[in-house]
Amino acid sequence: MFLSFSILGGLVAQAQDFIENAQVSGSFQTDAQYYMLDKGIGITDLNGKKLGINGFGKVNYTNGNFSAGMRFEAFMPELNGFRSELNGVGLANFFATYDNGFIGMTVGDIYDQFGSGLTFRTYEEWSLGMDNALRGARVVLRPAQGITLKAVYGRQRYFWAPYLERDFNADDYRGIVRGADAEWDLNQSIAALNESKFTMRLGGSFVSKKQADQSSFYNIPENVSAAAARINLGYGNWAFGTEYAYKINDPSAINNFIYKEGRALLSSLSYSQKGFGAVLQVKRTDNMSFKSMYTGKQNDLDINFIPPINYTHTHSLPSMYTYSTQPNGEMAAQLQVNYTIPKGTALGGKYGTKLAFNMSQVNDIVRDSVSFGNAMALNQPGTLGYTSKFFAVSDHRFFRDINFEVDKKISKDWHLTAQYINLYYDIETIEGHAGSPVVKANIGFMDVTYKINKKQSLRLELQGLWENEVHKGYEVEESEKKDYQKRGDWAFALLEYSINPHWSFSIADKWNYGNPVEEYRDHYFTGTVTYIKDATRVMLSAGRQSEGVVCVGGVCRTVPASSGVSLTVSTSF
Amino acid sequence: MTLLLMALVVTGLHAQTKSDLPNVTLKDLNGKNVNIAKLSNNGNPIVITFWATWCGPCIKEHNALNDVYEDWQDETGVKIYSVSIDDSRSTAKVKPVVEGKGWDFEILLDVNSDLKRAMNVSNPPHTFLIDGKGKIVYQHTGYFEGAEDELYEQILKISKKKK
Repeated sequence: MFLSFSILGGLVAQAQDFIENAQVSGSFQTDAQYYMLDKGIGITDLNGKKLGINGFGKVNYTNGNFSAGMRFEAFMPELNGFRSELNGVGLANFFATYDNGFIGMTVGDIYDQFGSGLTFRTYEEWSLGMDNALRGARVVLRPAQGITLKAVYGRQRYFWAPYLERDFNADDYRGIVRGADAEWDLNQSIAALNESKFTMRLGGSFVSKKQADQSSFYNIPENVSAAAARINLGYGNWAFGTEYAYKINDPSAINNFIYKEGRALLSSLSYSQKGFGAVLQVKRTDNMSFKSMYTGKQNDLDINFIPPINYTHTHSLPSMYTYSTQPNGEMAAQLQVNYTIPKGTALGGKYGTKLAFNMSQVNDIVRDSVSFGNAMALNQPGTLGYTSKFFAVSDHRFFRDINFEVDKKISKDWHLTAQYINLYYDIETIEGHAGSPVVKANIGFMDVTYKINKKQSLRLELQGLWENEVHKGYEVEESEKKDYQKRGDWAFALLEYSINPHWSFSIADKWNYGNPVEEYRDHYFTGTVTYIKDATRVMLSAGRQSEGVVCVGGVCRTVPASSGVSLTVSTSF
Repeated sequence: MTLLLMALVVTGLHAQTKSDLPNVTLKDLNGKNVNIAKLSNNGNPIVITFWATWCGPCIKEHNALNDVYEDWQDETGVKIYSVSIDDSRSTAKVKPVVEGKGWDFEILLDVNSDLKRAMNVSNPPHTFLIDGKGKIVYQHTGYFEGAEDELYEQILKISKKKK
């Protein structure tokens, strides 16, 4: 009797702890769009899709060292521009973690990365419908101050495909991913270096995938491994970091089934002091696409992440031509300088003036025939593909962006941001528009904000994009018209009126006035109302959306032109 | 499933005793580890704001906060932690951008979006106000010109220091 009471008592106490020391938090988001016919921009058929809805809800539970969570997703059906495989409803993600500082264990869906991600990175990007979470287990060990060891094991998310091998269809087959990473922070490990101006971190990772050879034509390796080493150094205002990765032969649909090894190098050097910062980054990648399904296309089932290094534009016209990483190889460099002209100087004025300069360029790598005397053509399936000199840069330029920005608070009420961009964008390579001429453009924008009073403000954005060659009068063959849908000159204006802290009203027009094809010289009007309360945001907009590319983190999706009404509701608690 | 969800929601209603901040460790700009659950500011308010080098409204918010930060510190003792969700493509830029723009906040790097997920942030900018006991008392998403004034009113409400 007493025993059962005390057991019950113990359970109640436990339950109480489970309840009282717990925190529950979560978030919800729904993006819906109602599509309408719009002959003006060529939408004469909705293909039976009047409504698209993407939604998720997630809940996290935390109690001391324990946490667990889940995310429910619904695509009913997916919005235009998202992959049709997303269509469906279900529990997409769940996990449980215990971490006491010495050891951390996670089971379920894992997001993590080793170093800069050249060998392993799983992440989720809602706005792209992208999620390559690893479902399995992870162990993190911190055996001594400054030392972190990690191991992961599992299988990656592929839309709604089942995770068990026996349930696989031929086209959702994917392998097991196994990885380990070690990092050593010398400044934390070695007491004498604790407060040193000199900092040093070393790391290394090893990742392998185990896949079944399903090809009747090629001999696909069943184990493919990749390894990387990295170092981060700092001294006072200086910082240097580099990572080098190597992958054994990994024939795949992306690299046209060549049996060449892959390599990547990523380095950065920066100097910063109050009011001034500069960073130089360089990158070389060669055949480093690494997927847990060798037939995977686009961004499917990426095990690693090859970071693009270029400026990320967020305004409408500057972001129209956004670079996306070329998985089979590229050489890239970027320089960025930020400088604040101090307050109280002639150019700095009362509030100081912020300047930024960025230049980035991406070229192809140089590829040579694998056979003596160039007898064999490049990149033939089933061969070693090509050889490539590590430091050689091809004349084939994919992308270049040179931009300069001024950010100035003019007075208590007026604020101005202006930017000039010179762009070179090889649309044939990046977007696959065969035969389309390179986009060479000058882009300018200014963003002026006027604070009417403590609560209300007005914001005006003016933007222009002018192509050097393709504009009004450029001859376009009838059969190639479709490739010119967003080409030529553009103008954009936006006026926003906001009342703090809740309301914002804006109208915008984007106008392709200088398209070489007359029927594409369209206006894209939109009107938007936003209501924000604390962590809740409701946004309703109506109008036209031009065809374009939405990119986050160098991963992009194309958005088809559309017309209609869209609603976004998001909240967190 | 529904039961579990309900149980979680019910627990949520009762869960008000401990700090709201999750047990997530991030690195600062000098590579030092900072555990978010252990953040403290001697009982004074803490602001945690999520941003990225590529987020225009975030930069505006940070510039605006930086202009008033010194006054706010004098008047309320508030401390601002600015969490960059830049991933490996732009992590190396964070320090030069922060210094180049002259910001004075404590910068933390959430390279793998661990804190972003744990605090249920969907899109930056997203700002949290935490009182001296580690409770989230106010949060706001998005930025319009002047939103910092609203934040400051909220800070004044919980500040022990009076003007």
